[in-house]
Amino acid sequence: MKIADANQPSPIDVAIVGAGSAGLALAAELKRSGVTRVVMLEREKTAGGIPRHCGHYPFGIREYGRLLKGPDYAKRNVDTAVKLGVEIRNEVSVTELHPQGRLSLFTPSGLESLQAKRVVLCTGVRESSRSQRFIGGDRPLGVMSTAALQSLVYLNGMHPFSRPIILGSELVSFSAIETCRHLGIRPVAMVEELDRVIAQKTILPYLTLRGVPLYAGVHEPKIIGKKHVEALAFVDADGKPQTIETDGIIVSGRFRPEASLLLASHLELDPGSGGPVIDQFGQCSDPSYYSAGNLLRAAETSGWCWREGVSTAKRIVQDLSSAHYEVRGYIRLSTNDPAIKFALPQRLVISNRPGGMTDMQIGLLKPSRGVLKASCGSQCVSVSKINSRPMRRILRPLADILATAPGSDVQLSFEES
Amino acid sequence: MNNKFDIAIVGAGVVGCAMARQLTLCGATVLVLEKAVDVLDGASKGNSAILHTGFDAPVNSLEQSCIASGYANYLSHAAELNLPILKSGALVLAWDQQQLAQLPELIDKAHANGVNDVARLTREEILAREPNLAPSVVGGFEVPGEYLIDPWATAHAYLLQAIANGTELLRGTEVLDGEYTNGYWNLKTSAGDFVADHVINCAGLYGDIVDQRLVGESCFTITPRKGQFVVFDKAASDLTTAILLPVPTKKTKGVVVCRTIFGNLLLGPTAEDQTSRVDASTNREALLALRDRGIDMIPKLENFDVTAAYAGLRPACEHSDYQIRHMPDQQYICVGSIRSTGLSGALGIAQYVNKLLVETRFSNQPLTSPVIPDVDRLSNYHPRDWQDQNNGGIVCHCESVTRREIMNALTGPMPPASLQGLKRRTRVCMGRCQGFYCTAELAKMTKGYFELPLGVQHENS
Repeated sequence: MKIADANQPSPIDVAIVGAGSAGLALAAELKRSGVTRVVMLEREKTAGGIPRHCGHYPFGIREYGRLLKGPDYAKRNVDTAVKLGVEIRNEVSVTELHPQGRLSLFTPSGLESLQAKRVVLCTGVRESSRSQRFIGGDRPLGVMSTAALQSLVYLNGMHPFSRPIILGSELVSFSAIETCRHLGIRPVAMVEELDRVIAQKTILPYLTLRGVPLYAGVHEPKIIGKKHVEALAFVDADGKPQTIETDGIIVSGRFRPEASLLLASHLELDPGSGGPVIDQFGQCSDPSYYSAGNLLRAAETSGWCWREGVSTAKRIVQDLSSAHYEVRGYIRLSTNDPAIKFALPQRLVISNRPGGMTDMQIGLLKPSRGVLKASCGSQCVSVSKINSRPMRRILRPLADILATAPGSDVQLSFEES
Repeated sequence: MNNKFDIAIVGAGVVGCAMARQLTLCGATVLVLEKAVDVLDGASKGNSAILHTGFDAPVNSLEQSCIASGYANYLSHAAELNLPILKSGALVLAWDQQQLAQLPELIDKAHANGVNDVARLTREEILAREPNLAPSVVGGFEVPGEYLIDPWATAHAYLLQAIANGTELLRGTEVLDGEYTNGYWNLKTSAGDFVADHVINCAGLYGDIVDQRLVGESCFTITPRKGQFVVFDKAASDLTTAILLPVPTKKTKGVVVCRTIFGNLLLGPTAEDQTSRVDASTNREALLALRDRGIDMIPKLENFDVTAAYAGLRPACEHSDYQIRHMPDQQYICVGSIRSTGLSGALGIAQYVNKLLVETRFSNQPLTSPVIPDVDRLSNYHPRDWQDQNNGGIVCHCESVTRREIMNALTGPMPPASLQGLKRRTRVCMGRCQGFYCTAELAKMTKGYFELPLGVQHENS
C-alpha cells in the first residue's frame, strides 16, 4: 500500500480562480465526479461571490429546489463544495497567470507559486463606474455602485446616504431599491439614459409600488456636490433641464467582466465580450485554462452561472481523463456588426470530442428586431429571427456553424426588418 | 504650538510644500497655512504627473530657470525621499505640415534652454519606436530626459520632510487678513492669529486674493484654466513607451498621451478658461472628445476601458511667465502664475525664493542631519508593499493596496481628512473597479478618521 506523505501534498488537479456561484458549482461538480484535488483561490475573506451581499430573493430555486436570499444561497454553495472536499483558500489573490497552469499568488503568508493541471477562471463581473460611463460633473463622496452599497449595508450594517438616486434600470438597479428598503429609505428617482427601462417591462409596476419616479431617455447626467453629493442634473426626455436634490448616486449595472488578470496574461481576450476567447468546451487559448460564469460575458443570473459551472466541470473531467480526440480544425466565430456586442464561444473545435455547448450566446448593443445571420464568406450558414434588447439572454444553435468546413471564419451580422 | 515663526507659507500645493521643505532644511521655523481640509486640494490635485526638462519654456524666463534647477534637484533627491521615477522620454509629434514646420524652432529653443539631447526624428524612426501610433504622424523630435513621477507623493514627501524637521501644518485654516508692522507680520486666520517674520504667498488659484488681503494689491489676476483628463485602463499602458506631446500653442502644451507611474495611460488635458476657482467638474462631451483625440493618435485605444476621469485647475493669469514678486520692505514674497509646470518647477522655485530671502533678513542655517520621512512608494514599476512581509493583506485589489499602507496613511503625521486624500496617499479606489470591491472594507477601516464618513451604522443592522 502506498502511504501519502503529509508534507508532500498530491498535485493539484484543478485550481479555480474566484469562489462565486460559477466557481463553487464547478468545484463541487469536479469532486462529485471523483477529481482528487480541487483548490479554490478567493481574494475576499469569505467565499460566495456577489450573492453574498444580495440580501434579497430569489436565488436557488433550480439549484436547491427552494427560494433563498443571496447570502443563504452563497453559503449553501460554499458548504456544498467544502463538504465534498473542495479546498477553499480565502484571502488569496492570484497576481499572474502563466502558461500551462502555473499561477503566482499573494497569500496572507507571502508570495507563492501554484501549479495545477487545469486552471478555471471564474472571476465574474463588476458594474461600470461613473467614469466608464462618462458621467460628468463634480467628484464628491456618495457615488457608488450597487455592489458597494450592498456590501456596506449587508456586510457592514452601514448606510452611506438616505435619499439616493439610482442611475440605471437593469435588474440590479431594482435590487438597489430593495437594498434601500432594507435600510428603511426610498430612492428619490430612477434615472435611465436609454429611452425605457432595461429590465423587463413587467417590472415597471414595482416602481409605482415603491413610489420611485422614473426618468428615462435623459441626456447629459451630471453629478453636483462639493464634498458630498448634493444633486443630479440632467436634461429630461422632453429636453427640459432638471436638477434633483439627492445625497447619493447609485451607479448601477452596465456589468463588465472582471478581466484584470486576463488582460495582463498570455490568454486571448475578446474585446466584444470583455472576457476570454473560449471554445465550445469553455477552454481558453491556452488549453490548460478554462473559464465559466460571468467572466465570459456580462451578465447572466447566478443560476445560469451555477449551471455553466456544472457543465464546464463535466468537460474538464472528460479532458482530465486524458482521452485523445482527433482535432480536424477550428472555426472562428466573430462579429463586427454595430448591433452585436458579443458572440460566444468565439472558437469552435472540430473533433470527435462530445459534450460541448450546443448553443451560442449572443449579446446585443442596441434594441434589434430583424434577422440574425451567420455567414462564411458569401455563403450563408444560418438565419434566425431576432427581436430583443441589450442585456437579454439570446441563444442560437451552434449545429449549422459546426457543420462548416474547418478553418472557416464565420461572421455574425444583423439585418433590420 | 508656538505662534511665532520665521516664515509663514500660505497654501499647501506642490509649491508651498516644496517651499516648506527648502526653508525648514535651511533652519527656518515654518508655518504652513492651508485653507482646505487637506493639502494638494487646488491646482496640484490634478496634473499630468510628468517631470519636465523645460525644453519648451520661454528662453531666459524665470519659469525656465526654475524648471531647470527643479528638475536637477528632483533627480538628486528622488531616491532619498523614496520617490519613484521612470525615465520614459518624450516625443514631440507633428501631425500636419504646419506643425512639422515649427519643429526646427522648437528644437533650437530646447537647445537654448540647455536641453541639448533633444534631437529630430523621422516619421519612420518615430513609428519604429511607437508602433501603435497612427501612421498619419508626419515627424517629430525626442526629449530623452522627461520622466514619469508620482505627483501626490512628491508634494507629500516634501511636506512630510518639512514636518519631520519642525514645520507646523495647519489645514482648514484660511488667511483672512494680515498686517506688517515693526518688522513682523500679524496674520489673522480662521484658526486664530499668528506672527511671522516673512510671508510667502503660495496660494495658487487664490494667489491674487491672498495678495489683496495682505498687501492690498496683486500684480496678476487669476483666470483658472480647467484641464480635463481621461485615465485609461492599465492594459492600455503597453500602447506607448514615451510621453507623447503635441506641438504646443501659445495657450497650452496641448493634449498629452503618457503612461503614469501607476501603470495607467493618461490622456489630457483640455484647456478651458473659466471664472470659477473651484469648479473642477468634468463633462461628457469634453471627455468623449478627448478620447476621440486619443484614438486619432493611437487607434488601438478604442479597445481599452476608461478607468477614471478628472479635471484640474491651472492658476493661469495675464502673464506668460511665473510672477514671483519680492517686497523686501514688507518681507513678503508672492509666488504666482505657476500655471502648468509647478510640479517640475517646485524645487527650483523654492531655491529661488530662498535666495531672495537671504538677500533680506533671512540667514540660512542648514540642518546638519535632517530627518528623512518614511513615504510609501506606490509605483507600478517598482517593488510595492504587497510583495513585502506582514502587510496585513490586500484591501484594494485593483491597485494592490495593502492594509498596512492604508493604516500608515491614516495614522501618519499628515493623515487624510477625506477619501480623496486617502486615494492620493495610497491609491485605494483609483483602479478599474472604482470602489466596487473595497468600499465596505474601507468604510470600516476609516471609521472615525474622516470629516465625512463613508457610511454610518444603521438601525436594522
